[in-house]
Amino acid sequence: MVKKIFFQLIFFNLFFLKEVFAAESGGMPQLNPEFWISQIFWLTFTFGILYIVLSKLILPKISANLELRKSQIQENIEAAEKQRESSEAKLKEYDDIVSKSKLEANNIFKEARENALKEINAKKETLDKQIDEEIKKVEQEINLLRKGASEKINKIAIETTSELLVKLIGTEVNNSSISAIVDDLSKRNGDKYYGN
Amino acid sequence: MAANPMTQFEVYRIGPEIKVGAFDISFTNASLFMVISSLAILIIFNLGSKKNSLLPNKIQLLAELSYTFVSKMISDTAGSKAKPYFSFIFSLFMFVLFCNMFGMIPYTFTVTSHIIVTFVLAAFIFIGVTIIGFIKHGIGYLKLFVPSGVPIVLLPLIVVIEIISYLSRPISLSVRLFANMMAGHTMMKVFGGFVISLGVVGGWLPLSFSVALTGLEILVAFLQAYVFAILTCIYLNDALNLHH
Repeated sequence: MVKKIFFQLIFFNLFFLKEVFAAESGGMPQLNPEFWISQIFWLTFTFGILYIVLSKLILPKISANLELRKSQIQENIEAAEKQRESSEAKLKEYDDIVSKSKLEANNIFKEARENALKEINAKKETLDKQIDEEIKKVEQEINLLRKGASEKINKIAIETTSELLVKLIGTEVNNSSISAIVDDLSKRNGDKYYGN
Repeated sequence: MAANPMTQFEVYRIGPEIKVGAFDISFTNASLFMVISSLAILIIFNLGSKKNSLLPNKIQLLAELSYTFVSKMISDTAGSKAKPYFSFIFSLFMFVLFCNMFGMIPYTFTVTSHIIVTFVLAAFIFIGVTIIGFIKHGIGYLKLFVPSGVPIVLLPLIVVIEIISYLSRPISLSVRLFANMMAGHTMMKVFGGFVISLGVVGGWLPLSFSVALTGLEILVAFLQAYVFAILTCIYLNDALNLHH
């Protein structure tokens, strides 16, 4: 109820206001020429000022702003493109460097390996030679010793035999006959005594 | 019961009577809303063009979108030759749009609902376009009335029709805007009157109609401003690029 009265109050107020403004009623106010001149004058005046201010001051600014933004965006795009290109180039450079250094490392490794192998081989060869020489020397010595040994043994055998004969029989036997026997024995059984 | 729906279109004097010679140029409610519309346009677009940031703020975006909208409209309909007339068409579009839109606020006055206002605008455009046409093409602008590829027999008739249609341009242009605005506002007033006369019990239906009509009228307000501007562009196109 209170709401209804409130609404009606508002509406009636507006209604009375309207009544105050409405000077006359009936017909189309648009066709009343009383204020035509005034409207034409004020239209020309306001629209003229609007046109002049817009065309001289505001629109050039907006168009400049738009142009500036366009060029700025274009510039930014170009700069980004440039940076992208340079970064790509750098990436390529980096890749090149990496692959080059890899190759180099491989080469160095290979070289080092070859060098090491060569050194090892050289040392081995010299060592082998030395060993061979030593062996030869030792063999010669052994051979010398062996030859010397049989003669010495023969001599010992001859002397021992002559001493034994002197002690057993009391007579001296000719050394040459003993040595002939010993030689003969040693020749026959040399293999058995010295072995090979 | 309800007030006369036409009283909203009445023009009355605000302040003293101003007379220049025999002419009465007093400041009226119509003048007031012309001034308000122009000032609103100038304030909005001044704020929208004041500083230029790469990321525009809302009001700057509004100004720049309007700019590109009108500029695209002109280049689409009248080509690149119409560029010098951009400021005029922009002002025209904005003026009509703002007058229409201010008229949508209750208890305001709709400037464009007066035939004299729209007719002065249309007549100015008509005369301007005709002058531009004669300057650009000399007497050859009259070829506009002689379409190519028309049989000789029909030519007298066609020429007469073309001349009549050309001369009726300012009338059709002004009456279209005026009648649309007046009809819409009258209808809203009538429905508003129904709301009061039917009261709280039966007033809801016309009230909902009124709400729907408000939406429609806002659309019409924009559309009529657009039509006004685009027809101006088309007339300008005729004057600049003589196709016939």
